Amino acid sequence: MDEKLKNELSRQGIFTTSLQELYNWGRTSSLWPLNFGLACCAIEMIATTMARYDMARFGAEVFRPSPRQADLMIVAGTVTKKMAPQVVRLYNQMPEPKYVISMGACAISGGPFKQGYNVLKGIDRYIPVDIYIPGCPPRPEALLDAFMELQKRIDRQQLTGADRPRHLNADEPSEFPVPRFGAHDLEPANNPNVWKAPLVQISQTGTSQTVLPQAGTDESRNN
Amino acid sequence: MITDASPAAQPELEPLSETSEEQLLEIAMGPQHPSTHGVFRMNVVLDGEHVVRLKPVFGYLHRNHEKIAESETYLGSMPYTDRLDYMCPITNNWAYALAVEKLAGIQVPERAEYLRVIVGELTRLQNHACLIGFLMQDMGSSGTPLMYAFREREKILDLFESLTGARMMCNYMRFGGCRVDMPAGWLEQAQNVVREFPRFLDEYENLLVSNEILMERTQGVGVLSKELAINAGMSGPMARASGVNYDIRKVDKYSIYERFAFRVPLGAHGDVYDRYMIRFLEMRESLKILNEAMRDIPAGPIVDPKMRIRGFRPKPGEAYGRIESPKGELGFYLISNGSLNPYRYRVRPPSLINLTVLEDLCIGQNVADVVAILGSVDIVLGEVDR
Amino acid sequence: MNLETIKSELEAAVPGCRLELVANPSPSGQHSLRIDAAHAVAVAVCLRDAPGLRFDLCSNVTGIDWPGKQTTEKVKLRKLVDGTQQEVEELRTTTTPGSLEVVYHLFSIEKKHGPIVLRMSTQDRDANAHLPSLTPVWRSAELQEREIFDLFGVVFDGHPDLRRLLMWDEFVDHPMRRDYVGPDDYEYEPTAHDEVLRRANQHLSEAAAKLPSEAVGNQQSETDGNRLSEGGGR
Ligand code: SF4
Repeated sequence: MDEKLKNELSRQGIFTTSLQELYNWGRTSSLWPLNFGLACCAIEMIATTMARYDMARFGAEVFRPSPRQADLMIVAGTVTKKMAPQVVRLYNQMPEPKYVISMGACAISGGPFKQGYNVLKGIDRYIPVDIYIPGCPPRPEALLDAFMELQKRIDRQQLTGADRPRHLNADEPSEFPVPRFGAHDLEPANNPNVWKAPLVQISQTGTSQTVLPQAGTDESRNN
Repeated sequence: MITDASPAAQPELEPLSETSEEQLLEIAMGPQHPSTHGVFRMNVVLDGEHVVRLKPVFGYLHRNHEKIAESETYLGSMPYTDRLDYMCPITNNWAYALAVEKLAGIQVPERAEYLRVIVGELTRLQNHACLIGFLMQDMGSSGTPLMYAFREREKILDLFESLTGARMMCNYMRFGGCRVDMPAGWLEQAQNVVREFPRFLDEYENLLVSNEILMERTQGVGVLSKELAINAGMSGPMARASGVNYDIRKVDKYSIYERFAFRVPLGAHGDVYDRYMIRFLEMRESLKILNEAMRDIPAGPIVDPKMRIRGFRPKPGEAYGRIESPKGELGFYLISNGSLNPYRYRVRPPSLINLTVLEDLCIGQNVADVVAILGSVDIVLGEVDR
Repeated sequence: MNLETIKSELEAAVPGCRLELVANPSPSGQHSLRIDAAHAVAVAVCLRDAPGLRFDLCSNVTGIDWPGKQTTEKVKLRKLVDGTQQEVEELRTTTTPGSLEVVYHLFSIEKKHGPIVLRMSTQDRDANAHLPSLTPVWRSAELQEREIFDLFGVVFDGHPDLRRLLMWDEFVDHPMRRDYVGPDDYEYEPTAHDEVLRRANQHLSEAAAKLPSEAVGNQQSETDGNRLSEGGGR
């Protein structure tokens, strides 16, 4: 419908909407995060839900302990290799549509503990991530910002067409393989359908440029 | 010889009923569980509602802190210590600084000691307040107590932020002192927070201490005997709730704790209720220390001027330094071989060692009490698994 | 408390035990007592129960890895070469076997003294990495000895429940040993530590070898410039 006509109608007290808008509006305003804290960042996540920052303003104060009832996973903290299979499993158990916020340096890349033998270098090696929040730990305001960004993205999603979200596309996977514990490392060490190793070019001065070849599935999802 | 060597072994428990082994139910609580304080897992074997066996599973947050520290410089490990027990970063800094000061024989100026005591005790306040909130949350009072605790915590974090620049990961201590001095007006602000704190404590106590449901659920639950507490190396509030009179602030007299008048509260029963009351009493004692320290803080330098930060190489040797962190005895054991990095860097984690007795406390209890018992131990997974 | 007196008291109480004072040159002055594995439990019980000692709190238990050293020296030998006695120089390598050491820090809650530091060493780092467990004496060692078993590979005989503590059960390495090489699973490491740098560079060259040809050409033309400068950063 034409924007002008819509405005005119709403001035007359007639509210018009499209199914897509209604659908996205509903999802945007009641994102239920999974009650799932991993490390230090989780404390900031809890602080975000408390009185001062009050995540309830965004319709997301209901932290669900069960993945079946949640549609947003905030990976808040260091994902160790021992924990990674459970994280993937939890993600698989969440119903579509589902979103992932990777909160903090650790969840993005291993962060300060990147040299650790038991530290997964970023949860995006196994599951697709929608929003990354840098910081160690990110402040509650940063989490709120990520939250609003996610809401904006959901609002923009098209229900039809080639770049429709994953849960409306029967060809896209909604579950991802769970890594197994190996003798030295997790097997496999990453999911090549989700993650490709970035190509790094390092110059003598120490500045580096990272070229990130995005995995196909990820790119189409994020629009 | 070995049998007589364990006087503190628990007596064999009577089987609760005639349940056969096949009828027992084994469930895994965690690593994703709302009341395991992070990614902790317990394999609980149940006979109906009663716990028959309980095996804790660790390692879901094993971040290789000790291994990484072996390739870091001494100061380079300081920010990592923040992330051990992430509820109270500053006391972790302190324990590490203390161990290095012992290793290298560094003196700390007067003002820095006072600053350390002030921030350390503020940390204790917020840790204990939050712990009580979490414990209540675990027992089903969702929201209110934890909200109250976090409201106070935010005030203390504001102080940390204006002092150190970070809310949580303060990275505040340096070998031989502190990193920055207080900004103008900080002391007044801190005094305000400390002055207001008893009001919050009264409110909190009113809300909880004589609450019927709370007493029902905590009194006589998870009783830890004094002998077992000592033999199993319990420390901090966990040991003192069982009547073990051992507070490192009093025993080691590290820093300047001798100068303050404070008492060490002790429990008489060693149950969950005692462990939780101990925290209330300790907060009141911390307030006394804070008031005195803020009154007496002298002027002067905040770091030993002879201290070199770059190229800091302690002479070969080793040292074990420990402090009374809010969780218990937090120690650092360092071996230097004269190079820039420690040869061995070990954290003595109070949270991990306090979990030694978890099974003993839980056996025979209801499954719903397991979370209350775990909550009263006060663990932070970053420190349990490191 | 004086370590000398403790030592003589223990020697009197536990006949046949071999104790050795290990001096600690650091200003901390925490000297330690090396005990032999055969009498370790008896010594520990004595430390805990003797009325003058009463070290009832075993606070900290930790492992240390001392890998074996290879030293090469030149030796002059007289040998028969072509039928005549000649002085020949030869390189001789001596390998000292490494050991794993376990350290216990004891305090006394009753007497409020401490710490006293006990040390025990294994014979080598592989087959004979066995030590007696002190968990029957101090329960507090239970989880810490499991951790040492996990991360260092010391087998504690007499431990009630010796399993891996932190890593998963299928894991075979002992990561806290100094010669442990972790999995190569990171792409670029911004920290400027030599070891990490070396691995980052190695990783880069391996990644370059795997690339399709045109990308390789691109990459290789800058190969030298691509390398991180060693020791930079700090
Ligand atoms: S990013 Fe920093 S604060 Fe967050 S989990 Fe990692 S170490 Fe902790």
